[in-house]
Amino acid sequence: MNFPTAMPWNFPGMARRLLAQFGLRVAAENFTRLFPRWLFVLVLAFSVGCGIRERPADLVIINGPEPESLDPAIQTGQADGRVVGSLFEGLTRYNSVTANPEPGLAERWEISPDNRTYTFFLRTNAAWSTGEPITADDVVYSWLRLLKPETGCEYVGLLFYIKNAEAFNSHSTSDPTRVGVRALDARILRVELEGPTAFFLDLCATPTLAVVPRATIEKFGDRWLMVWPLPVSGAYQLESWRLNDKIRLRKNPRYWDAANTQSEVVDLLPCTLASTALNLYQTGAADIVWDKELVPNELLDVVLKRSDFHAFNYLGTYFFRFNVTRKPFDDPRVRKALALAINKRRLVEKFARAGESVADHYVPDGTGDYHAPAGLGYDPAEARRLLAEAGFPGGKNFPPFHYLYNANGKIHEQIALELKEMWKQELGLNLDLRKLEWKVYLTTQSKTDFDLCRSSWIGDYNDPNTFLDMFMGNNGNNRTGWKNARYDQFVREGNQQADPVAREKLLRTAEQILVKEELPIVPLYFYAGCNYWDPGKIQGISNNIRDEHPIRVIRKTAASRRIGLGETRTP
Amino acid sequence: MYFLRRLTFLVPLMLVISLLAFVLVRVAPGGPFDRERQHTSPEIERALKAKYHLDEPVWKQYLRYVRGLVYGDFGPSLKYRNHTVSDIIVQGLPVSLALGTLAFCFALGLGIPTGVFTAIRKGDWAEHAASFASLLTICVPALVVGPVLIMWLAIRWHWLPVALWESPWHVILPTLTLGIYFAGRVARLMREGMLTTLQAEFIIAARAKGLSERAVFFRHAFRLAILPVVSYSGPLLADLLTGSFVVENIFQIPGIGVFMVNSSLSRDYPMVVGLVLLYAILLLVLNLLVDFSYSLLDPRVRHE
Repeated sequence: MNFPTAMPWNFPGMARRLLAQFGLRVAAENFTRLFPRWLFVLVLAFSVGCGIRERPADLVIINGPEPESLDPAIQTGQADGRVVGSLFEGLTRYNSVTANPEPGLAERWEISPDNRTYTFFLRTNAAWSTGEPITADDVVYSWLRLLKPETGCEYVGLLFYIKNAEAFNSHSTSDPTRVGVRALDARILRVELEGPTAFFLDLCATPTLAVVPRATIEKFGDRWLMVWPLPVSGAYQLESWRLNDKIRLRKNPRYWDAANTQSEVVDLLPCTLASTALNLYQTGAADIVWDKELVPNELLDVVLKRSDFHAFNYLGTYFFRFNVTRKPFDDPRVRKALALAINKRRLVEKFARAGESVADHYVPDGTGDYHAPAGLGYDPAEARRLLAEAGFPGGKNFPPFHYLYNANGKIHEQIALELKEMWKQELGLNLDLRKLEWKVYLTTQSKTDFDLCRSSWIGDYNDPNTFLDMFMGNNGNNRTGWKNARYDQFVREGNQQADPVAREKLLRTAEQILVKEELPIVPLYFYAGCNYWDPGKIQGISNNIRDEHPIRVIRKTAASRRIGLGETRTP
Repeated sequence: MYFLRRLTFLVPLMLVISLLAFVLVRVAPGGPFDRERQHTSPEIERALKAKYHLDEPVWKQYLRYVRGLVYGDFGPSLKYRNHTVSDIIVQGLPVSLALGTLAFCFALGLGIPTGVFTAIRKGDWAEHAASFASLLTICVPALVVGPVLIMWLAIRWHWLPVALWESPWHVILPTLTLGIYFAGRVARLMREGMLTTLQAEFIIAARAKGLSERAVFFRHAFRLAILPVVSYSGPLLADLLTGSFVVENIFQIPGIGVFMVNSSLSRDYPMVVGLVLLYAILLLVLNLLVDFSYSLLDPRVRHE
């Protein structure tokens, strides 16, 4: 038996033998001799590496999921938009209180009497953060870039109100000069629209239409945002962006309104766990949490009572779609019966709980100056009557049907189960539930391969059209198989109408068809925006339907409560 | 020579693994550019697919990918389109490496002595307590351990920060959360190894020679008893170094563990393949090191 001589935990010895095995005798000898020093250097490097801390930010915001992109053309999520809106500005910007459009890079504009031509006058002091002036040509470049299919802009539809924009995007015309946006000189921009677009100034404030730096993009391609210094047109510069770590913004001193930018350095932390967000906020490591997904559902009862928790109406609707190409959902009476049998108040009070309101119509309350028509309420008796009239008394002979929903998000399952229960009880129907993984759910939904499908929609701009035009017959987001010539006509005519009162009337008539007569969809509730921040500590946040809070006006008044070792915190 | 042979074998193995990952992730329904919102025009979807060569046949895409690999290019991320896969790995891997190494040291540092202790003191109350504790850590998942540690150490007593990755203090809680389970596993393995080894003939011989119990345990039994722990260390370290989805989420740590799961959920094809390759390389190399350390520890193993 071979008895070992060396101690097995004699690490330097083992390492020496390992090095020796590979013929590195000199290294092996030195290793043993230098081992204590190596160890010391390692420990030192580790502690120094961890010890280098950036200066603490003036404001720390938990922003929701990691932005997929900070390119105005590519960003889609709300969390992305909040950062992009701080980096890049458009002709208009959101007012910090109402979120209505106000002069941004354009100091004023003139609108032709037929509301089809806008002439924008850029500010003389509009400049990139690197010093060059921002010109009308930059705006033309930025918008044409969105229109090029190679850019892959998902929100390109926002530009289709501009003359020939859609044709240019679909390659029907390859001549960019035919698109209705033209620089008359360095400061004057003329925009021609396809029709009077009541919400065009609102569109100009969306992050998508912001002005981006041509030279940088052409030089660096997809990675242009990682360049330092990155020329920006907005209130903040992008100092660093580390995925899943943080985005650090620093005040852009060349921003035209820099005098009113409140915080010098702002950190935006990504976070997807509500409990982690609350912990960070609670211990003072973050000042604001502003993502509605980051409110811990289990703690809602406690959180709702706090003075630093804020809930408000939001521009989004939770609903489900019917597939009207399948029997028996081709019969409006069946669709109405199912809708009338849903106690929406119970859904809101039992599951949503963060200030959401019952939706009997589709366009959320408070959208623009619009007043939505009344839809169908809760009336189980009428529901039973309609179902019997359609040939299914007491649910007899009703074919098996299913409700499609996605697996991420507990609330979708809770609502699906509750719907199943309600329809069983009130109408005697048996609903099957089909839960799918997110991407599979999306493909299934876009192929209209379902009977009923859980859905939601967040408005792109503050106008009823962002909700109503999607159910026009040819719209790709329709996904119900429902086509109605009258509906299409009312929406189209409404959007051709320059008079706001007449326009509202037409759109209301259209929505009435959608939510009272035909019901290819059933709205369940309107979303609420939620965030938490201490009013005694944070200034500049005003809650509005867009859940839009420009970072440039937010500031912290009290000293930071950042908790560290040896520091104490007052609860 | 044995190890050189095994090293050269890694290359074709990597190709097979990458091919499998490459094809499987594309077989899954749904694509990277599917959204709740329809693409405004089919042109855009076509242009996007053309840009990332997703419109080509899969074999052509794969050849393109392998050609990129030769130049160290893992391709762009399809979810985070301003970043490449290499960008994301370069940002996240050091964090996961640091956390993984610390958790590994913690697991071995706590697990090995506990295992030895429970083997030597077999039968008395202290052994029962230690065995119970190590069993408990195996049964309770990080999903529970993390929040409990946060509640007491960070929120109630304010000793440590609740989350983030900034200073040495921020490192402690995630290390404990990640390492404690493996400490339990290591302790169990060490105990089993020790108990088995103590019954071997050479131990009887050593005792018969008149060696002290101390010498028997630590100079002779330990070297063989630790072998199960050593072979477990390879996959364990590979696991720890590539990050942990749960721990990184709870503590909001910018490692790559989160991407391991999320990239396949979002069908970020190049990211999935890149991470699979990274994990495979780590796993194979570490297993190789484990085999190598066998020859150092166990005199009966020779790879020549």
